[in-house]
Amino acid sequence: MSSTITPPGPRADRDSMPLTNPQLPALAPWLAGVIAFGLAALTGLLLGWGWVGTAVLGWLLLLVVLPVWSLLVEGERRAKDRFVTTLVWSAFGLAMIPLVALIYQVVSKGAAVLSAEFLTYSMRGILGEGGGIYHALIGTFIVTTCATIMSVPIGVMAAIYLVEYGKGKKLARWITFLVDVMTGIPSIVAGLFAFALFTLIFGPAIRFGFGGAVALSVLMIPIVVRATEEMLKLVPDELREASYALGVPKWRTIVKVVLPTALGGIVTGVTLAIARVAGETAPLLIIAGTTTSTNFNPFEGRMMTLPVFIYSSVTTGGKYAAENEARAWGAALVLVAIVMILNLVARVIGRVFAPKTGR
Amino acid sequence: MAKSIDVSDLDIYYGDFLAVQGVNMTIKARSVTAFIGPSGCGKSTVLRSLNRMHEVIPGARVEGKVVVDGQSLYGAGVDPVAVRRQIGMVFQRPNPFPTMSIYDNVLAGNKLNAKRMKKSEADSIVERSLKGANLWNEVKDRLNKPGMSLSGGQQQRLCIARAIAVEPQVLLMDEPCSALDPISTAAIEDLIHELKSDYTIVIVTHNMQQAARVSDDTGFFNLKATGEPGHLVEFNPTSKMFTQPDEESTEAYISGRFG
Repeated sequence: MSSTITPPGPRADRDSMPLTNPQLPALAPWLAGVIAFGLAALTGLLLGWGWVGTAVLGWLLLLVVLPVWSLLVEGERRAKDRFVTTLVWSAFGLAMIPLVALIYQVVSKGAAVLSAEFLTYSMRGILGEGGGIYHALIGTFIVTTCATIMSVPIGVMAAIYLVEYGKGKKLARWITFLVDVMTGIPSIVAGLFAFALFTLIFGPAIRFGFGGAVALSVLMIPIVVRATEEMLKLVPDELREASYALGVPKWRTIVKVVLPTALGGIVTGVTLAIARVAGETAPLLIIAGTTTSTNFNPFEGRMMTLPVFIYSSVTTGGKYAAENEARAWGAALVLVAIVMILNLVARVIGRVFAPKTGR
Repeated sequence: MAKSIDVSDLDIYYGDFLAVQGVNMTIKARSVTAFIGPSGCGKSTVLRSLNRMHEVIPGARVEGKVVVDGQSLYGAGVDPVAVRRQIGMVFQRPNPFPTMSIYDNVLAGNKLNAKRMKKSEADSIVERSLKGANLWNEVKDRLNKPGMSLSGGQQQRLCIARAIAVEPQVLLMDEPCSALDPISTAAIEDLIHELKSDYTIVIVTHNMQQAARVSDDTGFFNLKATGEPGHLVEFNPTSKMFTQPDEESTEAYISGRFG
């Protein structure tokens, strides 16, 4: 232990302080891409490959060209960075392909059918051309609204119990577990559940819109519970304590302090849950059934919904298969648009209700 | 207004863990009492047990007696909500309600309890409380702005205004200045001096100079040893505490020779 550590003497290269390094121009990735895909196109043309083979070859060439160029100019670290960056961008592009393709497909095939008549007429008495999705729109609206009215209070209150009252209790742990299980329930099982339930009550072969709403709320409740639970957990305990310290009872603290603070997130979660169940097909097929006419009464008679309309239009076949398929694409476009609008609304609401800092 | 607090043989638990043991003291009415001591020795825990905020934490419980104005806080039939209406609290970090304006924050204690009052009455409570918390001149022109738009020191004074708006008998302060700059700290210390004439104030602080400046009595808390519960080492008038304390360890802590 007697040996002392001598501090390292001044190194010879200490005098210079290199901070600059040769760099590729900012356009380098694009240039490399042009070169790689140009080469690939040439090869593809010469060998008579399809465009898929050409694209794959171009991509592989890009993975080689850019890092090698970078290695020669910029050094090893930058070359690795270029390589991984290319991989990440490729993965992003790959992930975007199905999304863009889907939207393109739906818009290109569905836009042609869209018209005032398509949105305001039902399919009553129509076989070939004409007709519309009015009955399905109304059905989706009524069924989803009923499901929301049932699920939101149950879901929000269950979440309030879990976060505010049940912390660490056995019952709360069981509920959390069951909610997780419910999130994974296949939607067709929810439909069967509603069907069995109402068959027990009203006798066999019962079909009505409210049954569909019950099936959808079975799917919706766990989503609402989860979203609300996460939002309530985000409300800092300091706010609850501040309220308690003012002599405010617990229930008033929850209603007037905790819920308003979390409102933006809760509304966003609920809206996303609506968007999620609005596109459900299987349970509605079982319990809400299909029909060609508009039905405003969820408690009486079959009720058409958009997803079921799409399904039955595509599967009908027969003499008017082409017209039916065109209408199915139109309905698909409307459904995608509704879900997209709901998502946008959720974002706007989240922003509007977020606690204001005033800065 | 303003009551004295008698604490006798107070043991405070978190679940099975005994956090603070055997506290005895008398907190005088219309005076400032400071709790000092190293981190984790139970000052805040004792403070929170004085208005039954301790039991908000799941599993937390208290044994012993806390008597305010002849009534035991932990007696049968005592409503913790009623206790907290009489014994207000200001926290370490300013915590105005983010969904409310400055005006509504001050009235929170009344509004959250759905107390009905006239506009003029509400206005006068807001003005009186904000003046009491030395904040009126800074915010009187923007009472409808969100409470979160204020600076940290202003937010803390807003929280004090909110606490005194419900006119409690006792005001508990848990390190109210630890997140504030010296100027805001001075403002709050001045405020404590003014509030002393109407309220019984108990303040937890890590700042020995602050304890010496604002308090009439001081309690020194410490751990017996690592892993042992905290306890009250010494409780004396501040002037005595900072000049000739009874206990060796108090002097060591105050003079910075703390091991």
